Amino acid sequence: MSATVTSSQDLVASLTNVRFGYTPEQSVLDNITMRFPRGKVVAIMGGSGCGKTTILRLLGGEVHPNTGQVTVNDQSVPDLNKRALYAMRRKLGYLSQFGALFTDMSVYENVAFPLCEHTDLSESMIRDLVLMKLNAVGLRGAASLRTNELSGGMARRVALARAVALDPLLMLYDEPFTGLDPIALGVVGQLIRRLNDALRISSVLVTHDIYQSLKIVDYVYFVGQGRIIAEGTPDEIRNTSDPFVRQFINGEEDGPVPLHMKAPSLTQDFLARSAS
Amino acid sequence: MNMALNALRRLGNATLKTLVHLGFICRFFFAVLRHSPAAFFRFPLTMREIYFAGVLSLVIILVSGLFIGMVLALQGYDILSTYGASESLGVLVALAMLRELGPVVAALLFAGRAGSAITAEIGLMKTTEQLLAMEMMAVDPLARVAAPRFWGGVISMPLLAALFSTAAIFGAYLIAVQLIGMDNGAFWGNMQAAVDVRTDVMNSMVKSLVFGVIVTLTAVFEGFDTKPTAEGVSSATTRTVVHASLAILAADFIMTIFMFRGV
Repeated sequence: MSATVTSSQDLVASLTNVRFGYTPEQSVLDNITMRFPRGKVVAIMGGSGCGKTTILRLLGGEVHPNTGQVTVNDQSVPDLNKRALYAMRRKLGYLSQFGALFTDMSVYENVAFPLCEHTDLSESMIRDLVLMKLNAVGLRGAASLRTNELSGGMARRVALARAVALDPLLMLYDEPFTGLDPIALGVVGQLIRRLNDALRISSVLVTHDIYQSLKIVDYVYFVGQGRIIAEGTPDEIRNTSDPFVRQFINGEEDGPVPLHMKAPSLTQDFLARSAS
Repeated sequence: MNMALNALRRLGNATLKTLVHLGFICRFFFAVLRHSPAAFFRFPLTMREIYFAGVLSLVIILVSGLFIGMVLALQGYDILSTYGASESLGVLVALAMLRELGPVVAALLFAGRAGSAITAEIGLMKTTEQLLAMEMMAVDPLARVAAPRFWGGVISMPLLAALFSTAAIFGAYLIAVQLIGMDNGAFWGNMQAAVDVRTDVMNSMVKSLVFGVIVTLTAVFEGFDTKPTAEGVSSATTRTVVHASLAILAADFIMTIFMFRGV
């Protein structure tokens, strides 16, 4: 493991030996240990349904691990009561893969929402802060637009401005690149990096997009079948010989992650069908 | 024997599921009540919901009330005149509207217009992860989304029912006095003498308040309980209208037994 992540100093969040399943029979995560250091952007990658988003849900306290520890800002997340959990969440920023902008509000109102809910700032102060956040994502000019007037990339940037409105300690990004054109993808990627450095926050990025994320992250965890299959810095990942990671990087249709779901052989299946 | 056992098993299973569902609704109701102070401390949120549930339902409520009153007057006059009691038409319309039709029909219309809209809105908020985003921003959706909508509906319902009954009585007046030519004084005078404020008007308000709780609780609960898919939102909206309508009719029957048994 790289020095950036092995050091237990200055961790914003961590998962230690976490096991989790939505049902007792089905385990989604099996003995996962991850470290999220202060000031770093860490990506979690893997195929669909491998439990990447579940890791974000564990960090946000939406679900609790069956065993193991989840800590954010030195607090054990599963042990927090509702009040403490909400206090902890005020230090988190969350960007959903849909953006999840409130459709009954304008762009300005969306970004102002967390500020209005959690602070007693004056209206003019809130206005200045909202315009600053929108300016940071390049959308100050869109403040008065309704959310249905935004393109997918713009909506994602507005959601990003809203997520950082309260200057969080830790940003959680759930598939931030999904459904974006190459230009919007590059813009969002650079914004994630720039905001992370400018606001001195830490970021956890759950994504499929290997090319875009390797450009902006400091460390990568590859998750598959509920376990960490590979990890390392972007350079280590690019040069790895691990077949799972190679399949992922090269987009090969068959490999450690099989194309076909487990099933009887084709002949057996056809014979069985004709017999019936 | 096996078939009988299977049928019994299915019945038991369905009963258990219904009880669990009712348990969830009760817990949800108490959770909404617990978060209600927020809806009143930030009254503009509730006002917005009163506008959406109440003001925007005005057209359907007033037009339906007017037509129901007119039809009731035409039919009532036809029957009452057979017995030489056509002067009681105002009384018939007023009591029918205040005691039963006003609260019940207004609530059924409210379930179709506002209840379904509340469920669809919350269901879509869930599907597009807006509720999750709110949770992750440390804002409780029960306080921010559920409680204002619940109280917006509960406050709107009695007002809408009162307007519905008023429109119906006005419709009956148009038919009875303006069209048929009944005596204006007899129409209003008999009505004034027969309608009791406590028994009829207050009970009507109580009924519509209860229906308001039933419709909005069902609508908000179904919205939160939606499966986050297009099909899920559509079936939750349907469930709101069906469950709320049936619950309104059952609750009306029970309340009528207690309110008007001795009248």
